[in-house]
Amino acid sequence: MAEFALPKHSKIVKGIDYPLETDSKNTRKVNVYRWSPDDDQNPRIDSYTIDLDKCGPMVLDALIKIKQEIDSSLTFRRSCREGICGSCSMNIDGTNTLACLKSIDDIEGEINIYPLPHMEVVKDLVPDLSKAYEQLTSIKPWLQTNTKPEEGKSRKQSPSEREKIDGLWECVLCFSCSTSCPSYWWNGDKYLGPAVLLQAYRWIADSRDENTNERLDDLEDSFKLYRCHTIMNCTKTCPKGLNPAKAIGEIKKLQLERK
Amino acid sequence: MSRQRPLSPHLQIYKPQLTSILSILHRATGVALSIGSIILVSWVIALTLGEATYLSYLKIINNWFGKLILFGFTFGLFYHFSNGIRHLFWDAGYGYDLKQAYMSGTLVIIASLTLTIITWLLVFFI
Repeated sequence: MAEFALPKHSKIVKGIDYPLETDSKNTRKVNVYRWSPDDDQNPRIDSYTIDLDKCGPMVLDALIKIKQEIDSSLTFRRSCREGICGSCSMNIDGTNTLACLKSIDDIEGEINIYPLPHMEVVKDLVPDLSKAYEQLTSIKPWLQTNTKPEEGKSRKQSPSEREKIDGLWECVLCFSCSTSCPSYWWNGDKYLGPAVLLQAYRWIADSRDENTNERLDDLEDSFKLYRCHTIMNCTKTCPKGLNPAKAIGEIKKLQLERK
Repeated sequence: MSRQRPLSPHLQIYKPQLTSILSILHRATGVALSIGSIILVSWVIALTLGEATYLSYLKIINNWFGKLILFGFTFGLFYHFSNGIRHLFWDAGYGYDLKQAYMSGTLVIIASLTLTIITWLLVFFI
């Protein structure tokens, strides 16, 4: 049975307010989820007021500014700052996205930042993704073949075959989609979730892969695949503009067609 | 790790989307229709039990409150029906683009409201 309320030790309490003494009119309040394993406190929301005139344009810039200038204990993942590495996925202004691709100007009023929803928190904005990575491993996200390619040659793929994996290979595995999905919230232990299913379809759709049937067999499961109820929060939230809901729909269609 | 990790907030903080609201409404109307079917079945049973029983049944249902429940039931029926057709399109592989999903969602709301209103105009004026 789905647990809609937060467990007692996860309930959020009021945190610290860091006001800003400045003449600038262009300030913004940033409210950030904080939790540390090193003390005995519940999670809290700390509020930092920052001067946008002295800050880069993206939410990630604001976080880095806070960490450098106000509170060095603030913890979050980041690396490439251009939407390629998928590290800085978090819940900003109510939906999941990459902090480096989310413009501060696109947010009205105070900026609320939480870790990816319904995940175990390691610290502050860092969720534990090990379960999701295990699920990714379970679909064998690599090319599987039974035949050998022509001696000295690579496996061929026509441009139209190659097109079939467009909109799939671009996924950076930030798990914004999976953690936006209510079905994944309630059944994340057994349901693979949109990110992993999109990866599964990426290999099913690849003309060079020769284990399509085994892949489909493995997904033919009432939980792994069919917990998707086409809610479409995944597609709505994907920071890369991909369509996991469609990929899952394609898998379901293939299952039906081969019966 | 010195203590149990907290669960990050989910329903509490996630912004409601048309996509998720229509989805949960589909389930809610599904549940409501199952329970509501008791009204329809007991209506038929009351009818078979003769005039006296039927008239006393009407007393329960033929008032503003009963009608409100039935109004909700018809909306639930038309919504679940229209959105069910939307799901059939998805199952056939159509309508997954975000723009299409929003358009079909809006269409479902308009259709279910229109059908409900037409039904009740017929109830009151015919």
